[in-house]
Amino acid sequence: MKIFGYQLPSLTSLILWGILWEIAGQLKLTFFLPPLSAIFSTLMEIGTSRVFLKALTETGYAFFAGTFLAIVIGIPVGILMGKSRLIDELLLPWVNMFLSAPLTALVPVMMVLFGFGMKAIILTTTMFAIWIIVLNSRAGVMHINRSLIEMARSFGATPMDAFVKVYFWAALPEILSGVRIGFIRGVKGVIIGQLLISIVGFGALFELYSGQFMMKHFWAVLIVLFSISFTIAEFLSHLERKVAYYAAQR
Amino acid sequence: MMSHNTTNDNDQAVAVRDVYKSYGDVMALRDMSLDFPRGQLTSLLGPSGCGKTTLLKIIAGLLSADSGEITVNGHPITGPGPDRAFVFQDFALLPWATVLRNVAFGLELRGVAKSEREAIAEKYITDVGLRGFENKHPHQLSGGMRQRVGLARALSVDAQVLLMDEPFAAVDEQTRRKFQEDLLNLVKHENKTFIFVTHSIEEAVYVSDQVAILLPRPSRVSEIIRPEGFRHKDADSIRRDSEYLDIVDRIWASLRTYVE
Repeated sequence: MKIFGYQLPSLTSLILWGILWEIAGQLKLTFFLPPLSAIFSTLMEIGTSRVFLKALTETGYAFFAGTFLAIVIGIPVGILMGKSRLIDELLLPWVNMFLSAPLTALVPVMMVLFGFGMKAIILTTTMFAIWIIVLNSRAGVMHINRSLIEMARSFGATPMDAFVKVYFWAALPEILSGVRIGFIRGVKGVIIGQLLISIVGFGALFELYSGQFMMKHFWAVLIVLFSISFTIAEFLSHLERKVAYYAAQR
Repeated sequence: MMSHNTTNDNDQAVAVRDVYKSYGDVMALRDMSLDFPRGQLTSLLGPSGCGKTTLLKIIAGLLSADSGEITVNGHPITGPGPDRAFVFQDFALLPWATVLRNVAFGLELRGVAKSEREAIAEKYITDVGLRGFENKHPHQLSGGMRQRVGLARALSVDAQVLLMDEPFAAVDEQTRRKFQEDLLNLVKHENKTFIFVTHSIEEAVYVSDQVAILLPRPSRVSEIIRPEGFRHKDADSIRRDSEYLDIVDRIWASLRTYVE
């Protein structure tokens, strides 16, 4: 951002909104919006508490297990769909349906199928994250230059070699952006899972703090969650930029 | 006579016999038969839609013929094989890999150990004039240099037959001329059979021992021309040779009616 010819640091807008928030909070306009400084001091307070750390571990575990499953299943399925017309026609309607379906409505089904424990929460996270990963991997493979595939064939690539050495790398820019969006959706999935399936982790904290109108605590947890998913998303777009140099010329 | 042609003309590296190929209702090749003498360069020349690239890809094993037979060194082919290597019009390089890995990629797919394949690749990188660029990526190279990488990759696997699909179509005119001169040297010094698809009459006559003129709808071989008189001349004087100019004119005369 540039104002009057001065290059502003990249977090300027965040700082600006932070100041506005602080002012609005100090004016005590609504109980819903405590001053930002108060939120941060609450964060320092609860940040090291046992309850908070337990919630963080529970949520982190469910989130990473869920998105891990989404990645190791989603990428190969997407690549196979991009490679094989038959598999594509079999699976594409389902992928498209789940991509746009209101997945929250399916969470009770997950509970019926997988119980009320961690397993159902992890699989809910996977369910939120996987479809966009599949679809992006598929799109990545479909954009591969035909002659790159012919090249691999003409030099005698086995199907496995072609998969690992050509298809995966050629589709990597799209795969990475699919994974990035998948992670963001996974954050949604894990919190919805922890609110609806069993009240654990951050979901339990949200439930507790919002139920008791502890807005400072509520915002503190939300800010932690936001920071974590923002960091992951930024890290992945950093990886995306590293492969962008060949995205245009495959 | 051709100074480098020591093989018997009956000695065919590749033979195409009665090949038919159609795409749906469109017949791309009808009863195509053609021989490719060992150690020589044969061009497939013709207007677009004449099936020259289809024929090349059938020989490569990338497409299968509806009927007919292709033999390489007397053996019928069923798919791609180590006896043939392909040079692509758009280079078909791995954009995420270095020049060294790209050149060695054919060997990598054949399971050659890393140190061995990189040693071989180094040699061909030097041969095509890319020494010092081993660790560059394709996007850092010019079009001409990229095609040199594609050529080095095809040479590294040491196939007897080199299949080139309009390899110089995507490079600029000056680079193209240099390539054509280098190709003449390559045919002279590497004991390989070259099959070369082009739509440039001058290019075909300049580089070929044998030019097969293909006519479209359905594709057939209309004529085979062997420009022999100027083969021994050096690269510079060929383009001024009267036989060269006559052949170019003659081919143009027979093709012009097919150009819309």
